[in-house]
Amino acid sequence: MPQHPTNSLANAAGVAAPPPTSPVQLTINGQQHTLQIAPWTTLLDALREYLHLTGTKKGCDHGQCGACTVLVDGKRINSCLSLAVMHEGDEITTIEGLGTPENLHPLQQAFVDHDAFQCGYCTPGQICSAQGLINEDRAHTEAEIREHMSGNVCRCGAYVGILNAVKEVVDKK
Amino acid sequence: MNPFTYSRATAVADAVRDKASHPDSEYLGGGTNLIDLMKENVARPTHLVGLNKLPLADIETLPDGGLRLGALATNADTAWHDEVKSRYPLLNQAILAGASPQLRNAATNGGNLMQRTRCYYFYDLATPCNKREPGSGCSAIGGYNRVCGILGTSESCIATHPSDMCVALAALAPTVRVSGPNGDRTIAFDDFHRLPGNQPEKDNTLEPGELITGLDLPAKGFEKNFSYLKLRDRSSYAFALVSVAAGLELEGNTITDARLALGGVAHKPWRDQEAENMLKGQPATEDTFRRVAAKVVADAKGHGSNDFKIELAKRAIVRALKQAAEGNQHAADVFLNSNP
Repeated sequence: MPQHPTNSLANAAGVAAPPPTSPVQLTINGQQHTLQIAPWTTLLDALREYLHLTGTKKGCDHGQCGACTVLVDGKRINSCLSLAVMHEGDEITTIEGLGTPENLHPLQQAFVDHDAFQCGYCTPGQICSAQGLINEDRAHTEAEIREHMSGNVCRCGAYVGILNAVKEVVDKK
Repeated sequence: MNPFTYSRATAVADAVRDKASHPDSEYLGGGTNLIDLMKENVARPTHLVGLNKLPLADIETLPDGGLRLGALATNADTAWHDEVKSRYPLLNQAILAGASPQLRNAATNGGNLMQRTRCYYFYDLATPCNKREPGSGCSAIGGYNRVCGILGTSESCIATHPSDMCVALAALAPTVRVSGPNGDRTIAFDDFHRLPGNQPEKDNTLEPGELITGLDLPAKGFEKNFSYLKLRDRSSYAFALVSVAAGLELEGNTITDARLALGGVAHKPWRDQEAENMLKGQPATEDTFRRVAAKVVADAKGHGSNDFKIELAKRAIVRALKQAAEGNQHAADVFLNSNP
């Protein structure tokens, strides 16, 4: 079972201990995990802090930037605005489940080919979101792809490359 | 976030019972607003009743020709449902004008009705806010109030309801189905959200512990002549400064039935039935629409940084009614063209 992060509040003198943690079963990238976590652990924090799947990024932590986008049963959501306990029985896919450095996912390859990032911080969320867009099969033109990718912000402004990369993979479908 | 306990409900009655047995508890649907408010310490429930496994996600046709939207159907599944697309394109368009695909995939229909205001001061614990802390004062009055309301405001609160979906619902006039400790009942949509008065902490007319289980849309969907016009600071993924949901029925060029509701202007989705009655029997002309628009904003009051909304609302009403009268041939994709 993964190590828990230290809860400094609970350990501080004079502060009441929080309610006990409970076991939560999550299926991430096809693998079952049982985590001993508090109910207020977001899906994002469960992935990053307990499972050390740090591909999924914490940007704004308020559902505004899309860096934390993951797929739940094939549908993209913001993992920062969802509690891990809400996802027992769901199939969760993160960027680690889409491709590997030796075997890139077509979207990952397209992002490399089209120079679709600079710092790369938003990229895992962009790619998971684009996979969600492809699963939905509702965005095909450039205008539609722009609108359907509007939940993912890129502060480096690599939008032109991102659009070209996503369009290339959408067109191949 | 403050510590809390969590339970997952498997039946509506269990959820209602669980909620009633925990003071300071909240129902948790998709979480896209509540979890955010908890991170900001604006909401501090000590117990959450998880709803996402309740069997309330269906969308089904009703014997009277209407459509029942389950409270736990996601905003995305609702917008893209075949019956919604073909018979209630106004609702499809309004939902798709709001938030992002990720948020719409998580957010539920019941939760959309329950979302709180996006007034800056409601989120800012360092400033007074009567909605967050009754009696503390309103920082938006006399403060920066660009996003705030111009209609139906009070001396206690000038916050707006942020939803797009609810503006279309106000025009379509469904009933809201709820279950609570005292049984089941329905609430007319226009009676669900309330004006702030001297109790701005109350967004709606739900009794304590009541849970939304669904929305029943009437058969009439205004699918031929409708418009959802949303005006905002950027062309996607932003709350409305002003939005208009318009639905018309026409015989030739004469309006036989009309619906008109505004978003971004009031504490509730602002349906104006007097304006609707003014439209009935009139020719669908710009002149008619201008007179009606002037009536809708006749009692509007700006608060400084939102003064522009009065003129903006007037012009948006005229444009939305013109678009509705012209008919709309591309409902399913029209959200792309909502800012021509």
